[in-house]
Amino acid sequence: MSWFKRKDSNIQTDKKKEMPEGVWVKVPSTGETVHRRELEENHWVDPSSGYHFRIGSRQYFKILFDNGEHEVVAEEIMPSDPLEFEDRKPYKKRIAESQKKTGLSDACRVGTGKLDGLDVVIACMDFSFIGGSMGSVVGERIARAIDLAREKKIPLIIISQSGGARMMESVLSLMQMAKTSAKLARLEEEGVPYISVMTNPTTGGVTASYAMLGDFNISEPNALIGFAGPRVIRQTIGRDLPDGFQTAEYLLEHGFLDFIVPRTRLKKKLATLLRLVLNRNGN
Amino acid sequence: MDYLDFEKPIVELEKKIEELRELSVEDKVLQPEIDRLRKKADQLRQSIFGNLTRWQRVQLARHPQRPYTLDYIHRISETFIELHGDRYYKDDKAVVGGLGSVNGNSVMWIGHQKGRDTKDRQYRNFGMANPEGYRKAFRLMKLAEKFDIPVVTLLDTPGAFPGLEAEERGQAEAIAKNLKMMATLRVPIISIVIGEGASGGAIGIGMGNELYMMENTWYSVISPESCSSILWKTWDYKEQAASELRLTAKDLEELEIIDGVIEEPLGGAHRDWDASAEAVKKQIMKSLERLEKLSPEDRVNQRVDKYTAMGRYEVRQEEPAGKKS
Repeated sequence: MSWFKRKDSNIQTDKKKEMPEGVWVKVPSTGETVHRRELEENHWVDPSSGYHFRIGSRQYFKILFDNGEHEVVAEEIMPSDPLEFEDRKPYKKRIAESQKKTGLSDACRVGTGKLDGLDVVIACMDFSFIGGSMGSVVGERIARAIDLAREKKIPLIIISQSGGARMMESVLSLMQMAKTSAKLARLEEEGVPYISVMTNPTTGGVTASYAMLGDFNISEPNALIGFAGPRVIRQTIGRDLPDGFQTAEYLLEHGFLDFIVPRTRLKKKLATLLRLVLNRNGN
Repeated sequence: MDYLDFEKPIVELEKKIEELRELSVEDKVLQPEIDRLRKKADQLRQSIFGNLTRWQRVQLARHPQRPYTLDYIHRISETFIELHGDRYYKDDKAVVGGLGSVNGNSVMWIGHQKGRDTKDRQYRNFGMANPEGYRKAFRLMKLAEKFDIPVVTLLDTPGAFPGLEAEERGQAEAIAKNLKMMATLRVPIISIVIGEGASGGAIGIGMGNELYMMENTWYSVISPESCSSILWKTWDYKEQAASELRLTAKDLEELEIIDGVIEEPLGGAHRDWDASAEAVKKQIMKSLERLEKLSPEDRVNQRVDKYTAMGRYEVRQEEPAGKKS
């Protein structure tokens, strides 16, 4: 398959800074400082408060794939500027700047490899790239991740973090909701499990398509998850929002998540869940 | 009747014609002048409506006298039985649906419904659906599938309702479930944007095998106002945002997102509801004839293929630097 390329160097070693620089890192929720190395070893979760720093696809792949080893999929799908969109900045320039700043080509990466010995496909979004917004590239890469899981009949995990659909591709972005959902409908026909992992934040068109369509919808603690953003809702209803509104805990309480899992236990829990799902006929 | 700013010159001319007409009841001498002004009004209308900006189209799409979903249904269907409720929570008034006939053939109608006067607008929540609206649509589409009845959806919403309870009851989940369900529905789906096609709220009932837009409507990932407020950090750039978003029927036809543009009477759909309904009916019948011929499997394949092909991106030819294949 042309879109599935095996790489010699599977281990991702490049390290772009998505987290605060420096040896000591301030925890936003408590104001305390914590040593950088300690944070790294704890998957960027503050050991004392449990605060989850936002991490991107590189870190998630490193955490979830055994020894971080994986094959990169659909990386050749690159953003263009189909509408020649320009707000205060041309979209082309915005893409180029984001690419330079993050070292990423767009807001989603796909990899396949072993998770605790199980073959899986993982698509992971990157909030650092234009707010993790979903345009044509994110849609196509997610679609190819789903196709790969379907063809190989191996579980699919999508880690979402997104402000929603990307405005600069207008209706093309909107249609990615239909595209990814249609692909997931096909995946369902094959009985291949799909776990949706929502991280902070997951909103808009991403929530209203693949993020909410998991066989299992799970989340990291305290992640913001919703359709409309809190600001818009506050404007609409003209009053303050209740404490904890649109948090993972709130969604769990209202029946939209299967469970919440801290990042430090994410891999183990995914493996346990997948083994329970796949444990048929003694396999 | 209300008029938009850019319609003013036509309105003034029409007023003048009307005055002359009243005078001419006694004096036929004015007739040539009336004819001359009529011709001028026609030309003016042609030139104004032939060169509408994207923002002007947005305004027409929101025209308070525009026909809404039930106006179309009642004109197109000889019989119509509205069906209510999502069976879980309540009956959302912003989404209507039911069984009707089109030229003797049954269809399942589903559409966003706006209100006409202040009270009615509130009753319909300005055409902004809550999760139960999408779940009602879900139920009706599955019902249509069970009885092998084609689905026709009319899109006209300023967006899914961004309210506290809507979030609580899973607005995103309701829309997502609809998208996945529509993808593989075995009966034909025809979707037509008749007014505003705002984002997830619109596509939540809009995954047709064939997708059309009326001439003076818009369909985009976000409204021009919200886009302006987010990207320009002020509400003042809505006209520019409308232009950048390329949200008109013609734009979407060029982007190959829609299958065609349904022409409106000159001056907009609000000028002649019957003619607008007739144009919509004609398109529905044409599309139905095509889609009824396909097997259920082919219909599903066609729909899945259509939406999975959407998107514009580049394919990088070489391997990324430092990596060998």
